[in-house]
Amino acid sequence: MNATIAALLLQDGLTNGLLYALIALSILIVFLVTRVFWIPAGEMVVFGALSMGFLNTGVLPGTVWLLAILAGVALLSYSWSCWRLREWGHWWGVLAFCVLYPLAVGWLTAWAAPLRPDPIWRALLTLLLVAPLAPLAYLAVFRPIAGATILTKLIVAVALHMVLIGLGLLLFGAEGLRSPALISGRIDIGFTRISWQLVLVLIASVVLMLALWIFFERTLWGKALRATAMNRLGARLVAVRPEASGLLAFGIAGFIGALTGVLIAPISTMYYDGGFLIALKAFIGVVCAAMVSFPAAVAGALLVGVLDAFAAFYASSLRDVIVFAALIPILIWRSLTSRHSEDEE
Amino acid sequence: MMAARMRSRLAWVLLGVVLVAAPWVLSASWLTPLNYIGLYALVCLGLVLLTGMAGLTSFGQAAFVGIGAYTTAVLVTGQGWSPWLSLPVSLVVAGVTAYILGWLTIRLSSHYLVLGTMAWGISIYALFGNMPGLGGYNGIGGVPPISLPGVSASTQQTFFWLIALFVVLAFVAARNLLDSRQGRAIRSLRDPAMAESFGIHVTRLKVIVFVIAALLAALSGWLNAHYVSVVNPGPFGINASIDYLFMAVVGGTTSLAGALVGPALVEVLRTAVRDLVPSLTGMAGGSFEIIVFGTIVILLLQGSGGGVMAVLRRWLPKPRVPRAPVSAEALPRREQPPRGQALLRVAGLTRRFGGLVAVDDVGFELMAGELLGVIGPNGAGKSTLFNLLTGVLAPTAGRVEFAGRSIGGASARHIAGLGVARTFQHVRLRPEMTVLENAALGAYQRSRAGILRSMLRLDRDEEARSLFEARRQLERVGLGEAASLPAGSLPLGQQRILEIARALASDPVLLLLDEPAAGLRYQEKQALARLLRQLRGEGVSMLLVEHDMDFVMNLVDRLVVLQYGQKIASGTAREVQADPRVIEAYLGGIDD
Repeated sequence: MNATIAALLLQDGLTNGLLYALIALSILIVFLVTRVFWIPAGEMVVFGALSMGFLNTGVLPGTVWLLAILAGVALLSYSWSCWRLREWGHWWGVLAFCVLYPLAVGWLTAWAAPLRPDPIWRALLTLLLVAPLAPLAYLAVFRPIAGATILTKLIVAVALHMVLIGLGLLLFGAEGLRSPALISGRIDIGFTRISWQLVLVLIASVVLMLALWIFFERTLWGKALRATAMNRLGARLVAVRPEASGLLAFGIAGFIGALTGVLIAPISTMYYDGGFLIALKAFIGVVCAAMVSFPAAVAGALLVGVLDAFAAFYASSLRDVIVFAALIPILIWRSLTSRHSEDEE
Repeated sequence: MMAARMRSRLAWVLLGVVLVAAPWVLSASWLTPLNYIGLYALVCLGLVLLTGMAGLTSFGQAAFVGIGAYTTAVLVTGQGWSPWLSLPVSLVVAGVTAYILGWLTIRLSSHYLVLGTMAWGISIYALFGNMPGLGGYNGIGGVPPISLPGVSASTQQTFFWLIALFVVLAFVAARNLLDSRQGRAIRSLRDPAMAESFGIHVTRLKVIVFVIAALLAALSGWLNAHYVSVVNPGPFGINASIDYLFMAVVGGTTSLAGALVGPALVEVLRTAVRDLVPSLTGMAGGSFEIIVFGTIVILLLQGSGGGVMAVLRRWLPKPRVPRAPVSAEALPRREQPPRGQALLRVAGLTRRFGGLVAVDDVGFELMAGELLGVIGPNGAGKSTLFNLLTGVLAPTAGRVEFAGRSIGGASARHIAGLGVARTFQHVRLRPEMTVLENAALGAYQRSRAGILRSMLRLDRDEEARSLFEARRQLERVGLGEAASLPAGSLPLGQQRILEIARALASDPVLLLLDEPAAGLRYQEKQALARLLRQLRGEGVSMLLVEHDMDFVMNLVDRLVVLQYGQKIASGTAREVQADPRVIEAYLGGIDD
């Protein structure tokens, strides 16, 4: 193997791996807090990247309409359950989130898009547009089935993923989009040259992971989420509302997804249906971590990224086969190390 | 009874006539969608068994359909085999693949299986497109249709008969399976701890159901290859797998009929969306189709989860529930030890959780025919002790001996096999199964019939004996009247008693009762106490772990009192009641 190629592949792999790691974190947070397999994590990334692409060309991205649709459904679903329980406590807050927020952000986007703003503003707008999609999906789809089995939630997550793909095709079209790099060029670090994009991804990931760590270790809300993850009933008894934890977990997941979309937009061409493979590869990272540990999930996702890059170079048509086949030894190892299968109803 | 049997026989004959006649009456434009519905229904039948009955699921069924299709395509076009010879090979290849994939993942929790099926669904699809000899993404063409000897009919007609035949066979086999010892076991897989405690090998049974689902998918693939005469990777990708699962969910995974209703409904809706949406909006229907189906699936699952069948069932006659025969030969019985012999010996039993010693050097003996109570205040280590005795937890140190054999650290299934039956503190019944079926679950390890015998209805003798045993035990505990009600409809007190009947149906040498009085009302407690007295009178050896002092005091022969994991007293109720340490434990010390 040529050392230059290897270095380049490794760089590619680590860049992708970091992005997989971010998504893996979002998947893990959602799973631990709500027991939902956040398969639409991939769609968040795709919508983020496509929004970046549209804003780059000065066209109003379809994300605005997506936000409106999801907000409408979320409001309907929430109002319905309020009406059934005759319990309107948090309704006004949800109303604001589902009506005022999309209106404000939609107006801002419609005003800013034709001006073709700088990359940093594009990125901010994208975050504002895409991050709330996940909590809205929680309100619309997952909150009403909070007590259902993991299996039911999983099938619902896949159904939501299909709906989002359909909406993606409708709103963004079938064409792939790629944005110009936020910062172009490479820097020389002696033995190889690293693209600025990688540096950016690295800095963003590290900052995000640190922020998450501080959030979970140092803030009351972070501790509440950890408590919910460890013991749902117990958390409820000390007045952590499961609904609030769910909303927060999905909010974090949405933000991470949107940010990953912003970072991935200049790296690869994204299509409306490209999210599923991304999410599945991130899931492999999460499986490495036995769906429990954050650092292990990051390590697993980095490995997946590197394997992915090398497989794409040496056997591009069998790339996904190789990456998913890597799941087999991981699963064998997991089934040898865990004695009991703890299924939940 | 006779009239009902005649009517059901008549319905079958009628169905046969309709299915045989249909291809001559219907035009090809009707036969094509019907044939596809049949092909989908085979796959969905497997998914109903997997999802609705066993509580697993698969997002990779299309890959098994593909394995069936590719195997026959390669053998028939490449090697010149007859399709009927390639059918068993198609099934074996898919079955072995499913067996290996199943073993890899099912021992972990079921969500790993689901992720695994997704990953493999994608991998196998890519392999179809890239493996040498499979024709790349263009696939293999010229797969010959199957013709029936002596019948001149079009491919459409021939396949209608073939598909209808296989669907009916598969449906009947699946129905027979569910209405059997193995079927009850499959339906209890959602609660693995309960299933294991009645001797069900949970992992093995899950793998078997997974393999059955894969075989049905491969059968559909085999038919599909010869029907459309071309095999390419297209219809075997992850989206097709998701489609199959959605069809099953739309139909309803809690009943086998859902596997027929789902594909039919989806096919109708799909045609409607494809025709209507472009004409209404001028846009392509493709994206609308998945939006509509995704939304329907989400709404159905947010509702009862029973799919369309749950709605249809309101107008349909109630499904037949199994009834026990009035008499049948008794199931083989275990040899009971002579009264007064030491049955359970516990010595130095210790269990640590980190720094906490939940059970600390506990020792006692239980004699055959005795009712021994273990009591203690909250946190005394009663539940841990119970879990150590039943194989849920392994002891850190010490011995547990049952009938002379060491059972410390043995699996729950092994302990159950030796004749130790248990009840659960939080009732663990299958609420949707009838009282009789729940009780019959206890007799699982006293009967032998396997999956195949059950599917072919060769298990009827043994099944009658099992159901009769269940009925006998229900009558013994006074639940005979409730036999055909769903277990979930009973009040808590009767559910507890049903758990006892289920345990008795396993013909136990020792019955372990985990806080049976917890949460019961006064009358229910009285009824329970009467039952336990009656059982003791009949010579059943019992260990009763209980929190409620009053309930235990007038009931048991001897008592063991635990506090902070240690045994602080033992003896008759009167001796224990007079023991100052027990008084202190329950009432608090004077100087506290």
